[in-house]
Amino acid sequence: RRDRPGSYSGPASVSRQRLESLRKKRPLFPWFGLDIGGTLVKLVYFEPKDITAEEEEEEVESLKSIRKYLTSNVAYGSTGIRDVHLELKDLTLCGRKGNLHFIRFPTHDMPAFIQMGRDKNFSSLHTVFCATGGGAYKFEQDFLTENEMPVNYNTLLFISNHSLGGGTFYGLCCLLTGCTTFEEALEMASRGDSTKVDKLVRDIYGGDYERFGLPGWAVASSFGNMMSKEKREAVSKEDLARAALITITNNIGSIARMCALNENINQVVFVGNFLRINTIAMQLLAYALDYWSKGQLKALFSEHEGYFGAVGALLELLKIP
Amino acid sequence: MAERGASGGGSSGDSLDKSITLPPDEIFRNLENAKRFAIDIGGSLTKLAYYSTVQHKVARVRSFDHSGKDTEEQDHEPPYEISVQEEITARLHFIKFENTYIEACLDFIKDHLVNTETKVIQATGGGAYKFKDLIEEKLQLKVDKEDVMTCLIKGCNFVLKNIPHEAFMYQKDSDPEFRFQTNHPSIFPYLLVNIGSGVSIVKVETEDRFEWIGGSSIGGGTFWGLGALLTKTKKFDELLHLASKGQHTNVDMLVQDIYGGAHQTLGLSGNLIASSFGKSATADKEFSKEDMAKSLLHMISNDVGQLACLYAKIHSLDRVYFGGFFIRGHPVTMRTITYSINFFSKGEVQALFLRHEGYLGAIGAFLKGAEQDNPNQYSWGENYAGSSGLRSGSPELCPAQRARSGTFDLLEMDRLERPLVNLPLLQDPSSYVPDTVDLTDDALARKYWLTCFEEALDGVVKRAIASQPDSVDAAERAEKFRQKYWNKLQTLRHQPFAYGTLTVRSLLDTREHCLNEFNFPDPYSKVKQKENGIALKCFQRVICNLDTLGWEDRQLALVKGLLAGNVFDWGAKAVSDVLESNPQFGFEEAKKKLQERPWLVDSYNEWLQRLKGPPHKCALIFADNSGVDVILGVFPFVRELLLRGTEVILACNSGPALNDVTHSESLIVAERIAGMDPIIHSALQEERLLLVQTGSSSPCLDLSRLDKGLAMLVRERGADLVVIEGMGRAVHTNYYAALRCESLKLAVLKNAWLAERLGGRLFSVIFKYEVPAE
Repeated sequence: RRDRPGSYSGPASVSRQRLESLRKKRPLFPWFGLDIGGTLVKLVYFEPKDITAEEEEEEVESLKSIRKYLTSNVAYGSTGIRDVHLELKDLTLCGRKGNLHFIRFPTHDMPAFIQMGRDKNFSSLHTVFCATGGGAYKFEQDFLTENEMPVNYNTLLFISNHSLGGGTFYGLCCLLTGCTTFEEALEMASRGDSTKVDKLVRDIYGGDYERFGLPGWAVASSFGNMMSKEKREAVSKEDLARAALITITNNIGSIARMCALNENINQVVFVGNFLRINTIAMQLLAYALDYWSKGQLKALFSEHEGYFGAVGALLELLKIP
Repeated sequence: MAERGASGGGSSGDSLDKSITLPPDEIFRNLENAKRFAIDIGGSLTKLAYYSTVQHKVARVRSFDHSGKDTEEQDHEPPYEISVQEEITARLHFIKFENTYIEACLDFIKDHLVNTETKVIQATGGGAYKFKDLIEEKLQLKVDKEDVMTCLIKGCNFVLKNIPHEAFMYQKDSDPEFRFQTNHPSIFPYLLVNIGSGVSIVKVETEDRFEWIGGSSIGGGTFWGLGALLTKTKKFDELLHLASKGQHTNVDMLVQDIYGGAHQTLGLSGNLIASSFGKSATADKEFSKEDMAKSLLHMISNDVGQLACLYAKIHSLDRVYFGGFFIRGHPVTMRTITYSINFFSKGEVQALFLRHEGYLGAIGAFLKGAEQDNPNQYSWGENYAGSSGLRSGSPELCPAQRARSGTFDLLEMDRLERPLVNLPLLQDPSSYVPDTVDLTDDALARKYWLTCFEEALDGVVKRAIASQPDSVDAAERAEKFRQKYWNKLQTLRHQPFAYGTLTVRSLLDTREHCLNEFNFPDPYSKVKQKENGIALKCFQRVICNLDTLGWEDRQLALVKGLLAGNVFDWGAKAVSDVLESNPQFGFEEAKKKLQERPWLVDSYNEWLQRLKGPPHKCALIFADNSGVDVILGVFPFVRELLLRGTEVILACNSGPALNDVTHSESLIVAERIAGMDPIIHSALQEERLLLVQTGSSSPCLDLSRLDKGLAMLVRERGADLVVIEGMGRAVHTNYYAALRCESLKLAVLKNAWLAERLGGRLFSVIFKYEVPAE
């Protein structure tokens, strides 16, 4: 061995001491962060790439199997998906180097996930699971009984909540178009024309409503044209999906704008799975926020939107502020 | 966003019976004198407004010329003569009906429109375009389009200023569900959230200054359009009916569905909706129409509520009025909006609704067209006889009832002769409530008073007929009066909130309005004339008696005189029975009826102590009854104040109510007394005694709606004492009124029930002398 403890003094030994203390503090693998939402479960998994031969030898079989299973697949079961394009490579966390993986599956498949944990012998790992999202509480009992895993909670502070969101869009689309997946709903929306469904300012005033400075293209009444029987018969499912998307997006935008104004904030970061692969909504949010705030507010998006909660849970596990 | 009614698909049910259930002339009243029309056509309802004049009979009193006659002759004559004259007053008519009837209504108007000067009709609302040609063709009037929101706000300002108890809070599961607000002396600034097809949020700062500060496309049109797609139910009202029966928890994802219970850390209740329609996304099962409609209603109400709260907060406004066809008095929507506002504002913002919400656009359009008549310079009053009042949404939204086939809703507002303002001496005008007992709230009291007014009705009818012995149709008109007032009482039994807070005052005022409606302007004119004559004859003797007393005894005698005079009140059943059987019922006998001291409320000692101090600068006295009360009670009291060096403003009603002394009667009475008494004479001459009118024709007293001239005089003269006498003015109203100066409230309780409630007996005495805390 080249390095003998205590034979050198100076910075190197200090850093080694720090590493030692880190090693003691940091939890055992596997490192997971879980966000159990109403619709989707978001899982981030840290795959250590700096595993020494020694560690490899010591690694229990179940841990190896989890690592292999998660990192060698891009789909799990019929509904679980790994967002490969989001993977963060060569990340250093708590002194360990590795890749961060982003995985999601519908919340209703949570029991299957738990079952998988049992099959893969999670309980033998004596690990701590950090989870956030509403479902963390709901599924706590399942975690404990099925896997004997304690659950730590991690919560985010929010200033306002609102019930019109991605779930509403997807739910309405299911009812209106009979679609079966969120992706399908979005795909339909991308091909529809919401102006057939919505009543615009110009539909009422023939143009802009000058008294109040409202542009003719603004939506006056979401689904307003659907009050008329003839117009109901003239719209396609795609139009309806588009209108649902525009309605929800505009509404999120205006609530966000008002909350920002109330709290004196001039940047709004939009996160959440509603925006995943949803360019229409992102474009609309960016435009609407800019237009209605007269350039005062900027909409920001994150590539990893949707996974913020899960990442937060992982950081909680690692006690990283 | 800014559309009020919803066009397209809104014409509810062509299958509806198009016949009108009421005779049209009972709906479109006074049409022959109508000028200036305005119309507001929404998605399903049309509101028509017109200005008209009403010819009324009024009783006028005129002093005789007594010169050249000896006292003997005078003794056999009445103190003044009464003549009935025609008077023309202005009235605003508003009628609301379903669009289905629009053609029939226009035809009727055309056939009855006599006034040819009218050339233009102001029109507003989403349907104004659609029906423009029809209106122009039928009425031969040019349609002038008016801006929807401008009309709405003008209308809103108008009702808030002129109709007490216009705004109310909606309280779920309480009886009654409506909690009316006293009008704030300053109605501005406020937030108006209009939920039509979309939502407009407008900040109103002054009469002419308002600003669109925001809106949302998720509104009534979304409920209707999306609701129609989801439930295949086409009509708005039916959708609401579905919603009222649904369970939103079957469709919405609740906090407890995600968290398994309440979320302690975030303080979220488990019942809170986390995601509207969230459940419909996860299971491919069928959802009931009712549940989906309910979920949709919640989604929209919550969304509007949250937005309204955010806007209210940013603009620091705590009064938010909601209007628009989405609300239209529907209990389900008012309930969800109220809930949402309470939730998001944590109780800091109040959701307020308006009794005449549906009329705002029509009122505003009318006012725009009538600007040259300066309608805003006048005060207006809701005519209870001619207005339908607020209908209850309960029992839970029976669609047949809600469709209101063939029903018309009316609102009539009288132009008051004089502008009305607050009494400047009110301690806090914004919290002043005239009425002592809220009968909307107090079911027991309501039952008693409604029965009391029902039982008194025969007597009132008899008196009305007797007051017009020369009229051939008096009996017929009196019968119509009976019917109308009886119906009003029955309406109020079932819907006590119909005209705002129900009070003894509103019951009395409604009776006066109904009497006027059938040309019984002053059923007590002859009684008052006779009593004034008798009392005038006793005046000098009473003064002589008083003058023989020492100072201290005289003060008590004066107060007793005021109280004894107050026993003479035809409004009180116990007294009218005695008076009817014994017209010679004397002053002295009345005194014997009075309770012995200590009275039920007795601060006489404090008052006496005060009188030993420096004189008041100026006293404002609100007089009650004619005859003995004003002549032998009030005038000697006034005379004593004058002798002390106190100026006196004597305020009497502008118009007749029961046997209350009117301003014009008080002028004659004062003139006759001046002829007998040099003190009164010189005080009148030197304007140390001023006779003014209250601006009211009510047996009660609303200190927030008083004649502007009176208010100015009170300021000018620096009034520092207010005397209010009589049950109507000092007990039914103003018993708890707090003033900025000293006040005396005195009355004899001539109603056994009320006396018992206050802990006394019949003819118990209230003598309440109050000095405001420094």
